[in-house]
Amino acid sequence: MTLLEGILEAAKLVITLDPAMMQIIFLSLQVSTSAVIIASLLGIPYGAYLGLRTVAKVRWQTRITYTFMGFPPVVAGLVVYLLLSSSGPFGVLDLIFSPAAMISVQALLALPIITGLSMVGIRERDNEFRDTAISLGANPMQVAVTVVKEARYAIMGAVVAGFGRIIAEVGAVMMVGGNIEGHTRVMTTAIVLETRKGNFELAIGLGLVLMAIAFLINSLLYKIQNGGSSYEK
Amino acid sequence: MKSDQALLQVKSLSHKFNNQEVLNIESLNFKSGKVYGIIGPSGAGKSTLLRILNLLTPPTQGKVFFHNHDIYRLQPQQRIEVQRKMAMVFQKPVLFKHTVKENVAYGLKIRGSDSKEIEDKANEALDRVGLRHLAERSAISLSGGESQRVALARAIVLDIEVLLLDEPTANLDPGNITIIEQLIRRLNQEMRTTVIMVTHNIFQAQRIADDVIFINEGELIEKASAEHIFSAPQDKRTWQFINGEMIY
Repeated sequence: MTLLEGILEAAKLVITLDPAMMQIIFLSLQVSTSAVIIASLLGIPYGAYLGLRTVAKVRWQTRITYTFMGFPPVVAGLVVYLLLSSSGPFGVLDLIFSPAAMISVQALLALPIITGLSMVGIRERDNEFRDTAISLGANPMQVAVTVVKEARYAIMGAVVAGFGRIIAEVGAVMMVGGNIEGHTRVMTTAIVLETRKGNFELAIGLGLVLMAIAFLINSLLYKIQNGGSSYEK
Repeated sequence: MKSDQALLQVKSLSHKFNNQEVLNIESLNFKSGKVYGIIGPSGAGKSTLLRILNLLTPPTQGKVFFHNHDIYRLQPQQRIEVQRKMAMVFQKPVLFKHTVKENVAYGLKIRGSDSKEIEDKANEALDRVGLRHLAERSAISLSGGESQRVALARAIVLDIEVLLLDEPTANLDPGNITIIEQLIRRLNQEMRTTVIMVTHNIFQAQRIADDVIFINEGELIEKASAEHIFSAPQDKRTWQFINGEMIY
């Protein structure tokens, strides 16, 4: 099969909404959306806390956050695997090779990205807006709320960046999900498997969908960044 | 309280930045209802003084009194009460990402004013700065002059005793400079608000200030009425600065 034939076959699968492919796409979106929601619920408040504190007071926490922003997915996968495997501390929950395990590992990967980027966004706005808010009579809580509200575009960008990172991730979800057909098979793991099997049309089809999602995410990020441009004159 | 007493007093004030003293003022009083112009070369410590008066930068040493209360020794809630009697307009106005009216209403909202009062006062302040027609416009779309007028409206909408202005007309066109200067004067005359304005422009200080304070290298060199300081400065450095002969 030539590349062109593969693309044409893949396009057919996409256009006809092939049930097997749709099931994989749906699970991928479900897992990554759940993970990014969990990571946002934890990461945004923590990023706000770090961003609003004096840099010197959170130096170590900042360094650790930055380090984990580059957390190798396979290491995250290994950690979650060891925690959830039958001999691990959470083995009794029987979550290994389940969508819940995949959500856990993706949340772990998205958390430092959402925390770190929220922190940077808030810190930048903190410098900009803190004095203005204080000089207009805001108390410390009102200052914090104002700064976080002004950083809303940066925070939304952080969430989108976190989602972009995990939707395209393969190593960690393969380790803790097991790539079980109909159960834990997501787009990235399916692409790996179908390529190995020589089933290129499905691999290319999923690749096209993944690229389309990446394009949508980046378009959204671009729009958010434009919406969040500085109002300073 | 808007009497002729000293509203703000600075005593034995010293401020260091990176172990270098940037401000050292033994005594300085600001009386209620006057317009003060603080002039001096770049890096003289003018803006630092303004920030200290506005509780934004605690001084390394010394005291600042507002109505005879040492403001840096007040409890947090009392400090906020003092802060709410002042407002500062910065050289580069930072507007919130909302409409013009929401920007103007900010200080009223955080004070817990009701929506009717917010609406009425915000409209009145926008009328004063001549921007009522832009009330619903996004703050991002404003020009530099309009942004500065919104920042001024955001300050004057509040029931304040002291308006602190840090180079409010720097980089503005002559039309906007005139509008802002007239506003400052009117505000002082109608509301008896004390205005403390840092400016590089000595002619501006001459035009609108009652008293002028000359600061150089962190030190208070001279304080006198505008008329007196420009016609008969007592210190050689003041004379040099006014006549553009000070090299810095």
